[in-house]
Amino acid sequence: MINENSEIILSVRDLRANVDGTEILKGLNLEVRAGEIHAIMGLNGSGKSTFSKVLAGHPDYEVTAGEIHFKGQDLLELEPHDRATSGIFLAFQYPLEIPGVSNRDFLRVAFNAHRKARGEDEIDVFDFDDLIEEKLNVVKMDASFLDRSVNEGFSGGEKKRNEILQMALLEPALAILDETDSGLDIDALKTVAGGVNQLSTSDNAVVLITHYQRMLDYIVPDYVHVMADGRIITTGGKDLAKELESRGYEWVLEADRTGVTA
Amino acid sequence: MSASVQSLVSQPYKYGFTTNIEVDTIPRGLSEDVVRMISAKKNEPEFMLEFRLRAYRKWLTMAEPAWPNVKYPPIDYQNIVYYSAPKTQAKKLGSLDEVDPTMLETFEKLGIPLSEQKRLANVAVDAIFDSVSIATTFKEKLAESGVIFCSISEALQEHPDLVEKYLGTVVPIGDNYFAALNSAVFSDGSFVYIPKDTQCPMDLSTYFRINNGESGQFERTLIVAESGSSVTYLEGCTAPMYDSNQLHAAIVELVAMDNASINYSTVQNWFAGDENGKGGIYNFVTKRGLCAGKNSKISWTQVETGSAITWKYPSCVLVGDNSVGEFYSVALTNNHQQADTGTKMVHVGKNTRSTIISKGISAAKSKNSYRGLVKMGPKAEGARNYSQCDSMLIGDTSSANTFPYIQVQNSTAQVEHEASTSKIGEDQLFYFAQRGISPEDAVSMIISGFCRDVFNKLPMEFAAEADKLLALKLENTVG
Repeated sequence: MINENSEIILSVRDLRANVDGTEILKGLNLEVRAGEIHAIMGLNGSGKSTFSKVLAGHPDYEVTAGEIHFKGQDLLELEPHDRATSGIFLAFQYPLEIPGVSNRDFLRVAFNAHRKARGEDEIDVFDFDDLIEEKLNVVKMDASFLDRSVNEGFSGGEKKRNEILQMALLEPALAILDETDSGLDIDALKTVAGGVNQLSTSDNAVVLITHYQRMLDYIVPDYVHVMADGRIITTGGKDLAKELESRGYEWVLEADRTGVTA
Repeated sequence: MSASVQSLVSQPYKYGFTTNIEVDTIPRGLSEDVVRMISAKKNEPEFMLEFRLRAYRKWLTMAEPAWPNVKYPPIDYQNIVYYSAPKTQAKKLGSLDEVDPTMLETFEKLGIPLSEQKRLANVAVDAIFDSVSIATTFKEKLAESGVIFCSISEALQEHPDLVEKYLGTVVPIGDNYFAALNSAVFSDGSFVYIPKDTQCPMDLSTYFRINNGESGQFERTLIVAESGSSVTYLEGCTAPMYDSNQLHAAIVELVAMDNASINYSTVQNWFAGDENGKGGIYNFVTKRGLCAGKNSKISWTQVETGSAITWKYPSCVLVGDNSVGEFYSVALTNNHQQADTGTKMVHVGKNTRSTIISKGISAAKSKNSYRGLVKMGPKAEGARNYSQCDSMLIGDTSSANTFPYIQVQNSTAQVEHEASTSKIGEDQLFYFAQRGISPEDAVSMIISGFCRDVFNKLPMEFAAEADKLLALKLENTVG
């Protein structure tokens, strides 16, 4: 939902970043306000996932130029876990498995880390159990998932739902969903999208990174950005995604090369 | 991997202090005279001196084992002091209150209060400082149930028949090089005797402290559980930080009769050497339990975090039909530590069962090897073993090895072996961080998760301590 007076949550200016000495992001600009849903689309290798990891602070990515402000703070100053507790959430494309650590413990420790960062007391296991049972409904997950090791032996769809469960629990100001739709069958896609829609409010924002239009049938974006070669080369409304689906990317890339706006 | 993951594993050793105390030592070196001198100092019965001399002569004919996957410069056995005792301890003490206050302070500092007021409520402690036992708590209370818990020196005076009957029956004097050495020169250790049909009313524990920089420590522990009895035994160890290496060669023998059970847990935190590999304890230990009776059970649980070199294979010989052997182990190595540890499960009787759960964690430039033997003898009808050996690597300069040996001589026996290797990677830590969890908390959660199956087997007091110990040891490996 676009409201030009709402708070700017994320502001990215001329961002450049390297991985292993190769420049992947080459001057990226983006502004996200509260209440908005943005989709970032683009071909493989255009830098979409890199952008999400840079926002979250992955140590392999080195920012060489530009600025990122998150809710008025200089995000690049913050350690990854401080970025998380200040409200940045990344739903991983490939969620990690953590053998021996129960999902319930993991979620509780994460939740309490967020509370601690806000200066609130940690909550005990009983209060946490009540809270998490409620959140399970958002992604229609069975409580038995809580007692399994984090993501261990989960199917692709279960892993993605587990990511959205974490988002529901941590209530981030900015959720970045990195190809959350990949590997999901249509029912799982609907569940995940339904969860994201439930969690989306006028106070927070969502950035969806995706290859395909189909996710956007369920989570309707306010803006669609096309990324190529480490920059956002064009921005449009939800119809742009449909056009990309039917016409492919070449015409946008061509327009960018010739300097004509799409 | 970044230096950051590394730094999380390195935590200053907080038990590295030295106690200044006058000691009664003998000159360096080992000879028949030294063996006689040790025996004389302890006023031992004749059979003990004979035992020691036989062991010493055997030792002279043996060679240090070369097969372990560890490297260290040759040990000069003539440059070691084989007996060192605090002077104040020379005469026998009437009560704990007569113990030198410096000693009490030392143990208090280590978290092992011995004084009457502060002692641990439900654990009886035998405190061993260098070569001698300083104090044993709750002795009288235990005696009410007929349980004997005292230092082995005292047992040699008070219960020589029991010691003579069992000493060396599980680990013979010539079992291996270090066992022979221990049998010749051992100075003290704990002795436990649980009479028939008695459940030991409290946990027993021995706390070993090496203080003297030149002395070796050679303890000998003997636990006998008569038919239908049971006991839980805990063992802890620390040492000061010296830049030379000290030798620790201990023997533990357990005997379980019909329907008896012994749970033996160790948290080993000897000084491991500094980050450059200087100093640290050479820990060459022989631990073996004999399930002599039917339905008997011996369970070893160990958390090995210290020592520059660990060479240790707590084992079970399952002679009694339906007897059970268990080995649960966490071995953590960091910096330049080297561990070659595991177990031997020797199935002799029918329907004997054994379980091996081994978790190795290696960080920095350390080397961590699991070595285990499962042997099914010709008469071990229906015997079963399950082994699981998991290794976790932190960083990319450490190594983990698994050497399983399986020998089956009975066609009805079953042996299962599972192994895995995993790595705490930056991506895993990033996942935790992205959920707001700091790298220190992440590593400690991953490690406790990895070790859970073993920690669950530790007595409660130890489980929390072990968890904390690993977290401390791993502090600053990540950042």
